[in-house]
Amino acid sequence: MNISPFFKVAITVIGIITVNIVSAQSENMVTVQGGTYIPLYGVDSTAVTVETFSMDIYPVTNREYLQFVLEYPEWKKSKVKRLFADGNYLVNWESDNSFGNQLAADAAVTNVSWFAAKKYCECQGKRLPTVDEWEYAAMADKSNPDARKKESYNQLILDWYEAPKTFNNSIGSTFKNYWGIYDLHGLVWEWTMDFNSVLISGESRKDVDKDSNLFCGSAAVGASDLMNYAAFMRYAFRGSLKANYAIRNLGFRCVQAKGKNNKNVTY
Amino acid sequence: MKKILHAGLICFLAIHPIGCNTKNSTKTTAEKYQCPMHCEGDKTYDKPGTCGVCKMDLQLLALNSKKEGEISDMSIYNLPSKWTNQNNGEIQLKSLKGDVLVMVMIYTSCQTACPRLVADMRGIEEQIPEDKKDQVTLVFVSIDPETDTPQRLKEFAQENQMDSEKWVFLRGSEADTREFSAVLAVNYKKISPMDFSHSNIISVFDQEGELAYQQEGLGVNNKETVSKIMELVN
Repeated sequence: MNISPFFKVAITVIGIITVNIVSAQSENMVTVQGGTYIPLYGVDSTAVTVETFSMDIYPVTNREYLQFVLEYPEWKKSKVKRLFADGNYLVNWESDNSFGNQLAADAAVTNVSWFAAKKYCECQGKRLPTVDEWEYAAMADKSNPDARKKESYNQLILDWYEAPKTFNNSIGSTFKNYWGIYDLHGLVWEWTMDFNSVLISGESRKDVDKDSNLFCGSAAVGASDLMNYAAFMRYAFRGSLKANYAIRNLGFRCVQAKGKNNKNVTY
Repeated sequence: MKKILHAGLICFLAIHPIGCNTKNSTKTTAEKYQCPMHCEGDKTYDKPGTCGVCKMDLQLLALNSKKEGEISDMSIYNLPSKWTNQNNGEIQLKSLKGDVLVMVMIYTSCQTACPRLVADMRGIEEQIPEDKKDQVTLVFVSIDPETDTPQRLKEFAQENQMDSEKWVFLRGSEADTREFSAVLAVNYKKISPMDFSHSNIISVFDQEGELAYQQEGLGVNNKETVSKIMELVN
């Protein structure tokens, strides 16, 4: 068949653009090989299988989030609906269109609600990680996919919990883990898609008897490894959150399922 | 030859618009500012600035001044999610606007708490006087949309003699269900292929879709829930 040079060029250009769009999505993401593990809070100590997925190498930064609100003005500080974000949403940003001089462009964005984080990821063609995915990726240290039994790993996280104001630090300032991901521990806490799947109440005494009136089937969900104090803190923190809370040390990052529709996930 | 170009273009177009369909701009209302210390009582300003008395920066007020037909900031009718009811009809939550809503999240194959939650809902409904009943809609939202098909919801409604207009049974996508539970502060987790663990919360929403009251626990005294509903319908 005869194709004129003009159309050849046109098709090639389209091809290049298409390839760029597709590859642009995976930029700054790495693959986390799926596997099976026993999470702290799971189904009665049974293992959870996590499918292979890709995860952002870094948490979302102030600079990136600014781009997002400029593009989707309904998420600007003064425009956002209270149903979706409480009064602390971007509270330290100077204005609707600037995070100001006090916040670093490459520090993780915080004071964002779950709704905002979820929307941000959707707008990148991604989604928030599930608790299982996040915990799975985060149990790695520099050299092991599962370092939870290592004392040095746990100590590092606990040291962070004691360190003040780490949310001001730049992304990438903590260690690179086994999968090539930075800052899962050491900068900010991160939103997960199903943060509200944690069934522990705010009051610890209630948790002891697993108040069956508050939670149907609560007895089935318990701590499988109470030694894992650091993880316990994370689950307790998640359990205390509401979806419109915007908190100073809580940011997020996104993930992408491998070759699947991102919405099609069981959580 | 043109066909190839067309095919290329279609490919291009098909791949390009990845995802975000939420650019529908919402109406903005006039902004009001107020001194955070209330130095001048409830005086409001139209522009940002500083308080005349204490010189603190004025705060943007959460707007309660809603116009007719507009959806308030805290209303669940801001949620764009689509749901299917027990009659296989597709609805948005917005279509329930105007009624007082009593909502609970359950799954129909649940053997323990859910029958009691259903009984609690029935107990609440029974206490609403006849002449007010048409102002109240009772809504069950499934946390197990996979199992709870519209047919299953219909059967469940019939089994429980709740197959009338004032009882609405909804199922949505997993993502929308998760989002809705986040709004209701209902926590849930799938603990086996058949079972979910979930918080037992009955929520009351006013005619504008704002959360008015939540009752937590099973078989608790529903006096306050009912009195809140009565307050809203009167």
